[in-house]
Order: sequence, then C-alpha cells, then structure tokens
Amino acid sequence: MSQYVINIVFVGLSFALYFGIAIWARAGTTSEFYVAGGGVHPVVNGMATAADWMSAASFISMAGLIAAGGYGASTYLMGWTGGYVLLAMLLAPYLRKFGKFTVPDFISDRFYSKTAAMIAVVCLIVASTTYVIGQMTGAGVAFSRFLEVENDTGLLIAAVVVFFYAVLGGMKGITYTQVAQYIVLMIAYTIPAVFISLELTGNPIPGLGLFSTHAESGVPILTKLDQVVTDLGFAAYTADVPNKLNMVLFTLSLMIGTAGLPHVIIRFFTVPKVADARWTAGWTLVFISLLYFTAPAVGAMARLNLIDTVYPQGVAEASLEYDQRPDWMATWEDTGLIKYNDLNNDGRIQMYNDSGLGAAQVALNTAEAEGGDVTAATAEVAKAQAAHDQELDGRFAEAGWAGNELDVNNDILVLANPEIAQLPPWVIGLIAAGGLAAALSTAAGLLLAISSAISHDLIKRNLNPNITDKGELQVARISMAIAIVVATWLGLNPPGFAAQVVALAFGIAGASLFPALMMGIFSKRINNLGAICGMLAGLITTLVYIFVFKGWFFISGTANFPDTAEYWLFGISPLSFGAIGALINFAVAFIVSYSTKAPPLHIQELVESVRSPRGAGGAIDH
Amino acid sequence: MENHNDPSGYWRANVRLILGSLIIWALCSYGFAILLRPLLAGIKIGGTDLGFWFAQQGSIGVFIVLIFFYAWRMNKLDKQYGVDEE
Repeated sequence: MSQYVINIVFVGLSFALYFGIAIWARAGTTSEFYVAGGGVHPVVNGMATAADWMSAASFISMAGLIAAGGYGASTYLMGWTGGYVLLAMLLAPYLRKFGKFTVPDFISDRFYSKTAAMIAVVCLIVASTTYVIGQMTGAGVAFSRFLEVENDTGLLIAAVVVFFYAVLGGMKGITYTQVAQYIVLMIAYTIPAVFISLELTGNPIPGLGLFSTHAESGVPILTKLDQVVTDLGFAAYTADVPNKLNMVLFTLSLMIGTAGLPHVIIRFFTVPKVADARWTAGWTLVFISLLYFTAPAVGAMARLNLIDTVYPQGVAEASLEYDQRPDWMATWEDTGLIKYNDLNNDGRIQMYNDSGLGAAQVALNTAEAEGGDVTAATAEVAKAQAAHDQELDGRFAEAGWAGNELDVNNDILVLANPEIAQLPPWVIGLIAAGGLAAALSTAAGLLLAISSAISHDLIKRNLNPNITDKGELQVARISMAIAIVVATWLGLNPPGFAAQVVALAFGIAGASLFPALMMGIFSKRINNLGAICGMLAGLITTLVYIFVFKGWFFISGTANFPDTAEYWLFGISPLSFGAIGALINFAVAFIVSYSTKAPPLHIQELVESVRSPRGAGGAIDH
Repeated sequence: MENHNDPSGYWRANVRLILGSLIIWALCSYGFAILLRPLLAGIKIGGTDLGFWFAQQGSIGVFIVLIFFYAWRMNKLDKQYGVDEE
C-alpha cells in the first residue's frame, strides 16, 4: 500500500467514527445543543475539554516553537496550562452554579445591562472567529499535505465535516466526538515521540527522556543540545532570557486569556454539579498535560535530530551534501516549508546562526534583480558580514560559510517527525488523522460558542424573547451553519488578523472577559457602569497597544512603531499586554463602581447565590 | 461541625483556600520557573537546572495537584457548611 492510500485509510476511518458518534448523539433540545443537557461526567468532559482546548497550534506548532525557543518558549507550556487553575478556583464552579448557557448570559444578568452583554458578545465573536480561522487553515494544510489535494479543497472538506457533526449534534455531538478526537490526537502525538525518545535515550517515556542521558554521547541530552547549538552560534537551549518582566507578563496573559476564552468556559456548563465543574478542570489539565509533558521532549529531540541530520559527523566537521539529503527533506521542500539556498556554492547544507548574513544577502540579490535600494542592502550585508566573521573567533568565516542555507518552518517538526525518525508509513497516516482531529475538535467548540452567542444572546435576548425552545434550536442550527460558512470564507481569504491569534484572541479574552467575570463573582460592589467602563478600558488599551506595533486592524504598513523590543513600552511586547489590560480593567471598574451607587439588592443576592453550590441541579432548566 | 448556616464563613474559607493555592501557583510558575531561576541554578537535574524543569514540566504538575487539592477541600467545605448539592 502506498503512503497516500494509508493516509486516506487512517483519515477516513477516524472521520467515519466522528460521523457515527454525531448520528448517535443528535441534540433534541436547546439544552442538549448548548450544554449537552448538562449531564456529562467530569472525566469524559475533561477529555472533551482537552481536545477542545488543544488546537492545531498545540498539536502542530508548539513543539516547533519550543525547539526554536528552548527555555524561552516555556511561556507557552505554562501559559496554556496555568489558566486552568484560575478557571477551577475563580470562574468555573460559580458560572456553573449560575446555570445558564453562555458567557454573555452571566454578564447580562450580573451587571443588569444589555450594553455590558453586548460588549461581551462582540469580544466573544471577535476572539472566537480569529481562533477558528487558524483551525480551518490548519486543517486545510494537513489535508493538502497528506491527501495531496489543493489547500482550498482541503479547507472545504474540513468545513463539510465540521458542518455535519456540529450542526447536527450541537454540544452533545461535539462533546462525544471530541472524546474520540482526543484519543486519536494523543496516540498520534505520543507514538512517534516514544520511538524518538527510545532511539536517542533508551527511555520509552519522552517526558523523562528529556532529562536523561543521550545514548550516543553519554552526556545528558540537554547538555548535549546546549553544546551543539552554541557551537553553531545560537544561544544555549536552556539559557535564561534577558527580559524577565516580559516573560512573566506573557505567561500571565496566556493564563488569564485561557481562563477567559468563552469556548473553554462553556465546557464547564455541561456537567451536572458545581463540584463536577471543579473536578472537570482537574481532569482537563491531566489530559492536556499528557501532551504537554511530551511536547518539550519532542521539541528538544527534534532539534537535536535535525542538527544531526545536517551535520552527520558532528558540527565541527563537513556538513551534509545537498544531493545526499534524506527523502523527507525533499518532500517538504516541495511544500515550501523547507528552503535551501546554496550561498557559498559548495553543494553542502550549512545551518547555523549567521547573524542575519543569509537574509541580508538574499535581500541584496532581490534589490539588484528588481531595482531596489542596492546601497542600503549592500551596507546591511557588510554589517552582517562583520558580525558573522567575528562569531566564535571567526570559525564560520574560516570554514568558508556564507550564511545560513536551510530555513525550516517550525510547523513541520511534528508533522515530519515520523519521517525524520524513519518510522513506518502507518505512523505518518496516524499523524495526519491526529492533526486533523486537533484542528476539527477546536473548530467545533469555537463554532458552538459563536453560534450560541448569536442565537441565544443576540436573537433570544434582544430580538425575540418569546421564541420557543424548538424555534431557538432551529435558529441555533442556522447560526452554526452561517458561522461555518463565514469561517470557511475567512479561511480561504485570510484577513490580516488571522495570524494574530495569540495577541488578539488571548488579549481580548484576558483583558476584557476574564476580569469582568471574576469581579462579577468576587465583588458585590462592582456595578453596571463599573463593569462597562472596565471592560472597555481593558479592551481598548490592549487593542491600541497591539495595533500600534502590528498595524491598525492588522493592515500592513499602518504600524506606528517597528515591533521590536527597543520600541516596546518597558520592554513589554504586544503579546504580553493582555495582563496589563486586565489590570487596567480591574482598576477602572473599581474606581467607577465605588464612585457610583451600589448594585440593587437582587443583584447582590444573585452574587450570594452563585457563591453557594446548593441548588445547582435545577438551575439548568431555567 | 463549625457554623452550619454561615454563608459568609463558607465564602471566607473559600477565599482563604484560593489565596493559599494561588500563592503556590505563582511561586512555582513565575517564581521558580522565571524570576527565582538564578537562585535554583545550583540544583542540577538531568543536564540542566531545577528552574528549567519547573518551566517545562514541574509547574504543570503543580497546577494539577493544586486543582485536585482545591476540589477535594471544597467538597469537604461544602458539606461542613451545609451548602453541598445533596
């Protein structure tokens, strides 16, 4: 059987499974559609939430980010997990007790204000839409790479699949499909990692292998990695970061963003009891951590393997001849995700930290060919050349290297891992199914959050409060269908903001939704005006800070400052600003609330009631 | 059994528990893994230092323990103050 057929079989089987589950778990009521009837066991829900949470970014991109960033990329590991502590203690149990369907539901009731609810709905839709485009394009890439179809065709197939089970099953169908998707993606991620860890360290558990001895050299694997990357002019893999303030704020932004993302929060409405909401957070993190303990090992080992491939006799010896390169490198070159450019014409591949020489040289060539500013480009090359020639006592210059010749896109590490480690073809088929499971499960959760905001928060609360349950279910299905069409269209024509998931979605969720929800529970004094001013202040400052560096509404060329550390306020990057936005939100809400009148008595009673678990069972059937 | 019908006592106990848990949460992630990493540099583990381990694995383990501990303690507090869901 060819690799293509094997991939088709694995992807086809996994899809048949999802369809089967979707038909079995059709939703008959709005409660089933929005919150799976509120009857999902915490362990099952934890597994589904883990699949919901782990997106194409966790599955495909994270290990690559860690491989490139080393210690500095720990931000993603801590940031995307630590938020569950905040959810378990500060939000989930109380919102479950509140017992309605959506996040704006709570904002609307607690702050007795349609304006506050409207801000929440807009935040929810913008954050979730940004996020869902990434999933659709991720699925498109996986389809096109493994099933050899056009990227756009792949995206359309993904849309049809999600359409089928999400529209039919709502949260109920999505939840049980996600359980299956979790299992598929976990197996797909773990198996290649186990083989690679065995090969490099003899330890079958990748998470432990990361801290054990490198079989070939006899030194710990991280020590070995530090050695080879510094010999190639890079910073040590485990080296500390210079700007700790930014690392702290970036981690904090990811954590509160995680806790404030609506598609994560609504998962906690699906369990029967308040106590189950707490347990769900714990189980979710257990299931997420199975992948997150493996990811840093995959990152470190993939980087070591890649360097080993390019320098088969060690980094001080002659590097790999281009004609001798392995098949996987050639395959990925076809996709453009690996690029080779023989700068010194020696027919070999050099991959090292060239102080920007290679990029400057390419820019000069382009300027010469297309009539750009040749003088400036020449100056850049001279500057980079000087830095390059001093690096490591001139070792690179002496060896006749003329710049880095191999560009490897971070995203291919996980997908190419089985090929790099020369694993059997069925493992590659499994990776294809796993990548699609990660993208589709997250897309479905996001689409549900978007459609419930439209049908429940916009239509039922504002336009037609007397709609019947059956009517609302119809509307929910139609909104879901529209959301999928819009997401697909945006996936086919990605706008500038599509690539800014971390800045935009986490910034909005962290700076506007998380503080509002938390204050709504932990303070009886925050009133409607305070919440509205706080949310707007947090949202606007965060967006402005992002736009100033990344372009207004992400339109290229409209940024006021270059997006580099020397221009950032106190060295805080736009990605890290969500935490500051949240602080501003808290401060403004407190000042405004305490200088205006306290919320009415029935609101204070509502706060009392969400704080006490008793009586949660009936609340779901409001 | 302390104060069976004391909602504010229940809430105070909850907030105390949350504060304690979040101090550990912050200490392990922002502390050991980032700000205090140089202090732990002397403690070696698998070819690197303890701070690196906390940043890439240790803190996630602590997060899991904290959530389960919190859920377990809160279930007991729910019963103690008579606010559990039968």
